[in-house]
Amino acid sequence: MAAVLELLLREEVAVGAVLRWLRQGPGHRPAEVTGLVSLSLLQKDFVPFLLNFLREQTSQILTNGPSTPAKTPNSKAHGSQRTGSERRAGHRRSSQKASLGSFLTATPEALPARRGRRKGGSAVSTSGRQVPRDLGRSLAEEEDGKNDSPSWSGGRRKRSEVPLVSARSPPSQLNLNNLEEFPPMGAASGWTNKSKPSRRINPTPVSAERPLSKPKTCFTSTPVSQSPAARFSSGSNLEAFSTVQEGNLTSVISSSLQEEREMLKKERYGLSMMVIGLLILNIHLYYLIFSLPENLVPNIFLELFFVLQLLTSKGTSTAEEEEESDLEVNERKKGTLKFLAENERIASFSPTLHERLRQAYESSTAKVSLLLPCSVQSVSFQPETDNRSNFPSDRAFHIFKKQRDIFYELLREWEDNHEKTGWDFERVLGNKIRAMMAHLSATCNHSHFARLFQKQLIQMCKGPVGGGASWGDTPDQDVLNMLGPDNLSRLKRLQERFVVPQSIRGPCPPPSFPGCQQFFRDFILSAGSYQFNQHLVDSLCLKILELDGLTLVEHEHSDGEADMDEQDEKKRFTVVLLSLRLLAKFLGFLVFLPYRTVEQPTRDLQDSAVALRNQTLPVLDVLKLLRQSIRDHRSILTVPWIVEFLSLADHIAPFLDYYRKVFCLLLLMVLSEDKEMSFLNKLLILAVLGWLFQVESPVSFPSFSHQDSVPLVDQQLLYTCCPYLGELRKLLASFVAGSGAKNGGFIRKITPTAAESLAPKTSVTQRKLQVELEQAFFHNQPPSLRRTVEFVAERVGSNCVKHIKATLVAELVQRAEVMLQDKVKEEDANHDKLLEEVCAHLYEEGAQALIKGREFCKKKGPEAVRVLLPEETSAAVLNSAEDIAVELATEKACGWLSANIAALIKREVKATFNRMLKVPGLPLPSEDALELRRDCPPGCQHRAPFPSQIINEIKDVLCVAVGPRDEGEVIDHDWLECLLGRLSQTLRCRKFMCPTSEQQLAKCTVELASLLGESVMIIKSNPTYGLLKLLLSVWKEDFGAPVPVQLMFSRKNIASLTLANKGSLVCIHLLQDFLKELEMLSRVFTSEHRIEEPRTNPRELTRQSLGTVTAQS
Amino acid sequence: MHVNPAGLQFSIHSQSQSTLLSIFSQEYQKQIKRTHAKHHTAEAAETYYQRYLNGVMKNAAAPVLLELANEVDFAPSLMARIVLERFLQEREQAIPSKTLINSMLRDPSQIPDGVLANQVYQCTVNDCCYGPLVDCIKHAIGHEHEVLLREMLLEKNLSFIAEDQLRAKGYDKTPDFILEVPVAVEGHIIHWIESKASFGDESSHQAYLQDQFWSYWNRFGPGLVIYWYGFIEELDCHRERGILLKDCFPTDIVTLRHSMAQR
Repeated sequence: MAAVLELLLREEVAVGAVLRWLRQGPGHRPAEVTGLVSLSLLQKDFVPFLLNFLREQTSQILTNGPSTPAKTPNSKAHGSQRTGSERRAGHRRSSQKASLGSFLTATPEALPARRGRRKGGSAVSTSGRQVPRDLGRSLAEEEDGKNDSPSWSGGRRKRSEVPLVSARSPPSQLNLNNLEEFPPMGAASGWTNKSKPSRRINPTPVSAERPLSKPKTCFTSTPVSQSPAARFSSGSNLEAFSTVQEGNLTSVISSSLQEEREMLKKERYGLSMMVIGLLILNIHLYYLIFSLPENLVPNIFLELFFVLQLLTSKGTSTAEEEEESDLEVNERKKGTLKFLAENERIASFSPTLHERLRQAYESSTAKVSLLLPCSVQSVSFQPETDNRSNFPSDRAFHIFKKQRDIFYELLREWEDNHEKTGWDFERVLGNKIRAMMAHLSATCNHSHFARLFQKQLIQMCKGPVGGGASWGDTPDQDVLNMLGPDNLSRLKRLQERFVVPQSIRGPCPPPSFPGCQQFFRDFILSAGSYQFNQHLVDSLCLKILELDGLTLVEHEHSDGEADMDEQDEKKRFTVVLLSLRLLAKFLGFLVFLPYRTVEQPTRDLQDSAVALRNQTLPVLDVLKLLRQSIRDHRSILTVPWIVEFLSLADHIAPFLDYYRKVFCLLLLMVLSEDKEMSFLNKLLILAVLGWLFQVESPVSFPSFSHQDSVPLVDQQLLYTCCPYLGELRKLLASFVAGSGAKNGGFIRKITPTAAESLAPKTSVTQRKLQVELEQAFFHNQPPSLRRTVEFVAERVGSNCVKHIKATLVAELVQRAEVMLQDKVKEEDANHDKLLEEVCAHLYEEGAQALIKGREFCKKKGPEAVRVLLPEETSAAVLNSAEDIAVELATEKACGWLSANIAALIKREVKATFNRMLKVPGLPLPSEDALELRRDCPPGCQHRAPFPSQIINEIKDVLCVAVGPRDEGEVIDHDWLECLLGRLSQTLRCRKFMCPTSEQQLAKCTVELASLLGESVMIIKSNPTYGLLKLLLSVWKEDFGAPVPVQLMFSRKNIASLTLANKGSLVCIHLLQDFLKELEMLSRVFTSEHRIEEPRTNPRELTRQSLGTVTAQS
Repeated sequence: MHVNPAGLQFSIHSQSQSTLLSIFSQEYQKQIKRTHAKHHTAEAAETYYQRYLNGVMKNAAAPVLLELANEVDFAPSLMARIVLERFLQEREQAIPSKTLINSMLRDPSQIPDGVLANQVYQCTVNDCCYGPLVDCIKHAIGHEHEVLLREMLLEKNLSFIAEDQLRAKGYDKTPDFILEVPVAVEGHIIHWIESKASFGDESSHQAYLQDQFWSYWNRFGPGLVIYWYGFIEELDCHRERGILLKDCFPTDIVTLRHSMAQR
């Protein structure tokens, strides 16, 4: 290995030659690489060796990088004597953990038993993190000893070049398994705590994020020497994999190679470590680019991270010359970097590209403003889903009202306190959450709450930086959400934090729930509610399917609008993708939650668990979705979220038949070479898949069984996929690269509700022809036309239904109200029957909805299309577009109406009826409103005293009148007269009047009148009669509400009268005329307003009372 | 018109009468709440009832209940309620329903005993902080301020959905006004406005936050509360989160298209 490198460094072999050597099979012997011929056997191991070498050599440069590289035992040695150990080290990498390679190769039944506890068993490595090295060894043994075991790739692999020393030796003898002494490429190094996740590049704390699983050793590179791609290229007959990419990249690289050589000449033999590093960096980059198509390094992201680190590490060096070189490198690598810089999406996928993100933020303030989303942080209340009609009972509705508020209360509490020391989620919120769950269960409100929960989750966590950090400390979208737009100082602080590098979590962080996601995860755990989880799973699945169903549509690159479209699509795609990943992560969390174990289960437990769980169907058919996505060329959308979903799988899940298929398919995606796929899209997919296979999750990927069917299915799939894969590029390149004639994007596919009953009965062929014509019409039109038409159809159709509800249905309900009003008095007994009758009467008229709906669509559709399409659209195109929009809208609206109108009418009538029953005897709201909706007199200035003021003053009068009175306390007659005058003004101006105020005024004035009659002697200048007459006219003229005049002669007032005026009848007689008028007024009010009070004739009552009074006296 | 509790005495002259009344009323209510339990024991009710009976026996025209309430430092309306409840209990041999009692307090003519009816009425009329009459006045004041606020919104051309419309649509919690197009007040986006015709002191504000303001936030996002009779300045601490306090209609309003700032 080192020999090759030395050849390279001494410039005896050109870099390009080495690369060609690497790319070609072992049999090839290009003339220029004669020096390498003898080393041909080492070809395969060169890559890991090189990578290790690079890391060693660059360790010094990276001292101020995210982490310090490790020292390796052979870091000082340069020479062929290292070959052996290097090779072993390189090989040892493969056994570091069960990963991609082991997933592919190990066959459980074929694995020999080696360790005590496995002896006699079915001899399979448990391949977890507990025994990662054993698995590696067992894989090697298996490969060597059991070559006849069928391999799914169809090709068998010779591994004679791999020494088996380490595999057969007990760990104590040859300490090759000691990671500190023989660090695998990119693996944890000497000074790093073994149990901590580590990589020389970046020690990342993960344990805090993963309460359910132990900290893991992460970030190890894939076993390159066992690279499945190599197997393909050497042994398989799959043409798809063996083709070598030619084209742009190659030419770019070869020109760069020239420069590289120039540089090497300049620096010949006097290379400082720094320059070696830079040189190697170049090689590394080329290597990366070349290895991409062949996937020599499955987790290219890991390597990319390494490269980026190198690129950003120039600060350590002080030599100007080196700085220049560095810049030079940067300059030359611009093309590659541009890819990365342009793609925020990739950056946001993985914190590893945080630095890219940082640069993006540095260079553009607009990026920050993009992060300032709408200020609404809560999920808005939507009557369509949230009002009473969506709940089975009043109780359920009202309880959910409370639950919504409790949920946000918990959220606010968490937000305020979760970062305080000693604050514990479960301790503080656990019981509250469980109480809430109990209420949910009692009223069957789980589905509502699950929807709220899921919406809030998206709302808070869809932010681009890995789902957002936390509210309190780390800046993210959520903090920005809370900011007012003018809160510049805080915003500035936040911006600074975007710019200042934060802790980088390494290229392969384990799955985690950062920031606000933590709240939702802990909520689920504390709730511990099966019902809630189930509903949440349903809700998540639905949303995932909805988002995943968004269709990629190619559209024409036309004029200048393309850029705008493209930007929109990019943004949209980003939002959709991030939401999907978030939802899928939580779905994975929930789905695999019941099976989570801290420890890797034993083989026996695993077998029984697999046997059991193989019988159940997965909640969400990710395999189907994955296949679909490949078929429809939108794996770029689907794969990333499936990866999130799978990253939370428990120990057993990958061994299940179903998930094994999923993993196989994903693996094929890593391996498949799709030359035409956009570089960045491929990179994205490889990145997420690399991550999935790299992260040492609880998942240790199982090997294939002997069942031929599984590999066969996947091979078949592979064949079917590959030709299609080539076409993905057209679609995918469009929204990432944005160049080229074709412009891709997503468009929501609208599937209008079919309305068979409405559609004219045309023959199938005719209809088919129509559909074809329609498709043909759109084919040669700009894609925006189709989107516009579909959009209009959807909105107009939806508005049509709303229109019908507001007009026709409302009208019918009003009529029903009248009918019910009349009938409900007659037969109180059977309300249901009554309701049925009335509704049945209305259904016939409900049929009008279709006619009216059609009219509506016909009117509104063309209007909207015309406004939305460009003015230069030709008349014919416009007409056709209008017609299609109208047709689609009508189909949608009438389809819905014909199916639902009856139910809708019934629901509305029933609701109204229930309202009626609740307030028996009261006049209908409409009548009531009519009564009170009296207008102010013409020219009213609304300057009358406020009703509250008048009530207050009358209350003061009543206080004095009712007593107790202070010595000599009297009511001034003039003042009272003035008050009544103002009362009249107040009653005439309707602006500030409300029913309760008016009723109270009526009541109070009646009391006042009663007291006036009684207290003739209280009022000094005794023109009480005048005041009473004044009151009478106010009652008659100014009140809109009924005045309860009969209360004047209530038992209370008679009693009062009796008490106050024992023996004195004068006052009553004085009031004779008043009483006469009062009687009339009383009749008017009682007949008009159906007052429930027993109809007492005031004069009769008075007579009776007088009798009593007289008798008593 | 913000009131700083520490500077209350100092600045009392600058406060309007209604603000002071509002504060007084709240303080009185707090005091009544503190002693409420004491008056509501069965023993206390019995004592009051017996004293009432003795009182009216001597002189039915005397303000027996009112004086009793004043003597034990309790709200007259609440005293009337206790005695009425006890009276009905004895008469009907059952615990009367709350609705019945409320209805009788609202309209004492329904009370089957004329003397008690007058005593009760006297209590409710003479009560400055409790009772149906006071409730109605409070309601009227609230309504009037809502009307005033509506006027201001119309004047500023801010389109809104009012509470009754929201109810009709089936919203479960409804602020006075939801802005159809949100605006920024003093730099804070608001979606709704709630009018409060009272002074915003700590306890009432906490209660409102709990029962109303957060609920609105939970459904509609950030919003504005106007305490027409002022509020304790320190309570305006949720601006960042989305609950803004003002004591008048704001002047610094920025709409989607243009600034309406009038300074």
